[in-house]
Amino acid sequence: MIEKALRGGRIYWSWVMLLLAMIALGFIFYVRQWSLGLGITGMGRDVSWGLYIANFTFLVGVAASAVMVVLPYYLHNFKTFGRITIFGEFLAVAAVTMSVLFIFVDLGQPARVFNIMLYPSPQSVLFWDMIVLNLYLVLNLIIGWRTLEAEQQEEAPPSWLKPLVFLSIPLAISIHTVTAFIYSGLGARPFWLTALLAPRFLASAFASGPALLIILCLIMRRVTKFDTGQEAIQKIALIVTYALSVHMFFFLVELFTVFYGGIPEHMHHFQYLFGAGGQPLLTISAWISLILTWTAFFILINPRTRRIEGTLIYALLAVIIAVWIEKGLSFVIPGFIPSPLGEIAVYAPTIPEILITKGVWSVGLLVLTILYKVAVSVKEDLSS
Amino acid sequence: MNRRDFLKIACFSVAGLPARSTLDRFTGKALAKSTMIGQPKWAMVVDLKACLTKPGCRDCIDACHSIHNVPSFNNPKDEVKWIWTSPFKEVFPDQTYQFTSREVQARPVLVLCNHCDNPPCVKVCPTKATFKRDDGLVMMDYHRCIGCRYCMAACPYGARSFNWKDPRPFIKEIRQDFPTRTKGVVEKCSFCEERLAKGLNPACVEACTAKGLAFGDLNEPESQVRNMLTFKPSARRKAHLGTEPKVFYLP
Repeated sequence: MIEKALRGGRIYWSWVMLLLAMIALGFIFYVRQWSLGLGITGMGRDVSWGLYIANFTFLVGVAASAVMVVLPYYLHNFKTFGRITIFGEFLAVAAVTMSVLFIFVDLGQPARVFNIMLYPSPQSVLFWDMIVLNLYLVLNLIIGWRTLEAEQQEEAPPSWLKPLVFLSIPLAISIHTVTAFIYSGLGARPFWLTALLAPRFLASAFASGPALLIILCLIMRRVTKFDTGQEAIQKIALIVTYALSVHMFFFLVELFTVFYGGIPEHMHHFQYLFGAGGQPLLTISAWISLILTWTAFFILINPRTRRIEGTLIYALLAVIIAVWIEKGLSFVIPGFIPSPLGEIAVYAPTIPEILITKGVWSVGLLVLTILYKVAVSVKEDLSS
Repeated sequence: MNRRDFLKIACFSVAGLPARSTLDRFTGKALAKSTMIGQPKWAMVVDLKACLTKPGCRDCIDACHSIHNVPSFNNPKDEVKWIWTSPFKEVFPDQTYQFTSREVQARPVLVLCNHCDNPPCVKVCPTKATFKRDDGLVMMDYHRCIGCRYCMAACPYGARSFNWKDPRPFIKEIRQDFPTRTKGVVEKCSFCEERLAKGLNPACVEACTAKGLAFGDLNEPESQVRNMLTFKPSARRKAHLGTEPKVFYLP
């Protein structure tokens, strides 16, 4: 089946070449980081996690959101998602690949990465995250690939696949919950120390991931003969609408507790993030995220603007960018500022850091392109 | 108690036993308990009044950083520090400052790793590269650390530094009797475990001529640190977090 990824038109190959070039560029800078150390990034003693971990957090959410198509299709036999489920699963594969890579490029001693397995430490949330992420990656790859194979041979998927699908559903919830626990279990960081974090992560993930999935489906409809169908897209847009509303509600709940509760160490980080005294890059992007969220919300709750693809697409893009900021830079960086000793450190990603980040995204997009190409080719062959 | 109640209670207690100990292990409480009887429990006392008798003094900091091959980068981003001073107001953020003069608020207070009895850094480490010894010292294995910096996020005291670059070119004079570190690992104060093993006090305590620092065994009722803590009120940084710091401050 994989050979289908080797046959494509001009657009396909130029896209693949572009990704390979971006990967090569990112790799060159990664080699530099490997030899010089993480000092070539914008991270420092006070802001010790940055763009890499921000992207990691966002992408785990995208991966988890596959459950929004998998669950209705497999548990409720919701046939409308029949053509789209495989793309949700393959999106999860690409997103987890990127998440794991972002953790890897963030390591100070990457050659020692297997120490996590050599000295298993169940009291560390990172240890559990490593386990659930890898398990989820393998499961989605097996489920997606085997289902597609069955479809190609025009037979029913093997019966052993069902238990794996059922396992992948709670696992999707768990990857993002465990990722939230990395942060929300730290007494040292009041900005992250909230029991609402895992639910907030899940809500924003179920908005941004499916939004990305719709965008990908619309792109596929343009560049291939494959169409997931209008109804599926509209149903997912509805899921995005509900998830976004819940996400906004959770955020307001968080703000209430922080500001009505009035504990200074909890308020400081929010004040720094949205206030005028903060770092311009951070404050401006935080406000952009907020504005995009509300814009998307108004487009989505109005059935007329949601049903027209021309306006829907803007809402979806707004959701993706808003959530990427909200649980990326706007989430990771303010956790470190002010520092435990009250220092207001400055963080801005450096050019090598940005290029390595783009390189990792390109690896993910390449994985996604190959998997989607194979899936679309199989479906095109069947319909012709 | 009838038979039914007895069985109920018995079942719940048996079921609760392993759950309790697992929960303790998970939350790190087991770490605090693991200190054995007969073992020392090392602690430090910082006498702020004595420390202030020599304004601008850096004896302890210089002593520590020179014997431990701590590099000096001279910029806050790459900085590595084991022991340093921070303004009083930031070290004890929970105190009242409304009526305190700026001068008092800005008074330098010595800070270092607290060697917590319930260390959050140890709990989060995915490779056990940072661990707590039976005598209470929180230690680093520089050869096992993968540089994920989860411990830095977990430490409420900002006590941990990361080697963002190769530190060796930035060490003023490399001491051969102590290892240098490599880029990409986390480091911090070790309470001078290499000196404790020889029966010596930590280098900072020895270097202090103002008698502002004391070090000793909390399990020893007659020790100097226990005496200092018995009759005077003392403070620990962010004690409300439940980390049980073992650096005590006398006002």
